[in-house]
Amino acid sequence: MKKLINNPEDVVKEELQGIELAHPDLVKVYYDPDYIVRADAPVQGKVALVSGGGSGHEPMHGGFVGLGMLDAACPGAVFTSPTPDQMLEATKAVNGGAGVLHIVKNYTGDVMNFEMAADMARDEGIEVESVLVDDDVAVQDSTWTAGRRGVGLTVLMEKIVGAAAEERRSLKECADLARKINNQGRSMGMALTSCTVPHVGKPSFDLPEDEMEIGIGIHGEPGRHRMKLEPADKITEMLVTPVVEDLPFKEGDEVLLFVNGMGGTPLIELYIVYRKAVQLLEARGIKIVRHLIGSYITSLEMAGTSITLLKMDEDLKKLWDAPVKTAGMRWGI
Amino acid sequence: MAITKDDVLNWVKDYAQVIDENFEMLTDLDREIGDADHGANMRRGFKAVMEKLPSVDDKDIATILKTVGMTLLSKVGGAAGPLYSTLFIKIGTSIGPKTEMELSDWAKALEAGTAGIAALGKAQPNDKTMLDALYPAIDALKKAMGNGSSTGEALQKSADAAHEGMLATIPLVARKGRASYLGERSAGHQDPGATSTYFLLKSAAETLADS
Repeated sequence: MKKLINNPEDVVKEELQGIELAHPDLVKVYYDPDYIVRADAPVQGKVALVSGGGSGHEPMHGGFVGLGMLDAACPGAVFTSPTPDQMLEATKAVNGGAGVLHIVKNYTGDVMNFEMAADMARDEGIEVESVLVDDDVAVQDSTWTAGRRGVGLTVLMEKIVGAAAEERRSLKECADLARKINNQGRSMGMALTSCTVPHVGKPSFDLPEDEMEIGIGIHGEPGRHRMKLEPADKITEMLVTPVVEDLPFKEGDEVLLFVNGMGGTPLIELYIVYRKAVQLLEARGIKIVRHLIGSYITSLEMAGTSITLLKMDEDLKKLWDAPVKTAGMRWGI
Repeated sequence: MAITKDDVLNWVKDYAQVIDENFEMLTDLDREIGDADHGANMRRGFKAVMEKLPSVDDKDIATILKTVGMTLLSKVGGAAGPLYSTLFIKIGTSIGPKTEMELSDWAKALEAGTAGIAALGKAQPNDKTMLDALYPAIDALKKAMGNGSSTGEALQKSADAAHEGMLATIPLVARKGRASYLGERSAGHQDPGATSTYFLLKSAAETLADS
């Protein structure tokens, strides 16, 4: 293992200390239990958005705390769901009286821990709603699996619902909007290399030099198919086609196209993927009205990409364009 | 022969040591079909439990086990955190504020803990989870009690059944947790959760019948 770290056990704590020093204008950081809140929290009369998950996906979620996006983020150990005490304290810290929305990626651990935290918060008289993100078409959505994973769409949901909360929409409106986004967004990812969890010290799975893994999640879990490496255009097609066909996205649809890097893939390659994705979508008559390109939801140093499509409308476009001021995403301000 | 609160303390301590000794093996199993964190998470949790245990070692069994459960809830994370936390809290609640219990109390408590896990994880037998070690362990325990086995023999049979249940997860296709994302590719690997659960029952067999 070759990493820019000190003691592997201190990785998350030291990262939080760095965030605290870098962004005092944006966030406050609390320790034991660990959580990050907006510098101006709680914002009175505004629905508060709380998300969280294992660390190792930076800038998600801590980098999305700030104006126009999340009110709080709870970082767990690397690739491990945070715990209910973190979520409860974060929920209490950001509650501005208009209710708290928990944005939960659909993983067994995240769901269980957030469920327990929401119950505890309700016991303390806080109105809490939870929404699940499960946009990964690589997983069959059936009773035989834990259900689809929450991946790239999480970033878009946090941005768009964050803007809606900033407009002072109600808890129910924010939750309904989040569910609508989940219903009309889909993703799929692939890996060129594995990644190494610092406190484990060896790669999460072995991937030979000439092979790739299609349908990976964001926790270094292996995907559904392993195959020989292909050129970027072919890989892009292998991701775009199942995403388009799953919803399905149809001719005339307006979409946001999000090409995400998994952590170890440079922007030059993401633009190559974006180029091919645009060609494929245009050939189907699907109109790209907004886009996002970059590494926003990562899997440590894994090389690879994921593609997310979200069907847009006037309201979603307006909310996407609304000002956002966080460490990981900033525009219109 | 009664099981005392000191036996229960020894059970927890022995298990913490077993987890520490086997954390790499648990992580390797999880690496095959999950996300390579089970060993590290359990070790972090039980390290915290060992730090907390002295503050309750003169208390009753329920207090001891609920403290273990609450510590795991705040330190483990993942799915294993809520699941093991629920197991210990439900076992403790079922036994109640006693300092001694009978084997029948233990059987009832193990059943209550298992029911708690099943409700939280919404899993069925043969889904390739912790339950595949727990259900056979409960059945074997009850059968041994019915046959008039001693506490030590009954606990050993229960651990043996958990071991078989753990091995029986190898050919199964996972239907819950992260391993389920692999579909058919999850077959051929032993479930890490069933493995750490077997260790728990093995520790019970080695410690609870001591006094």
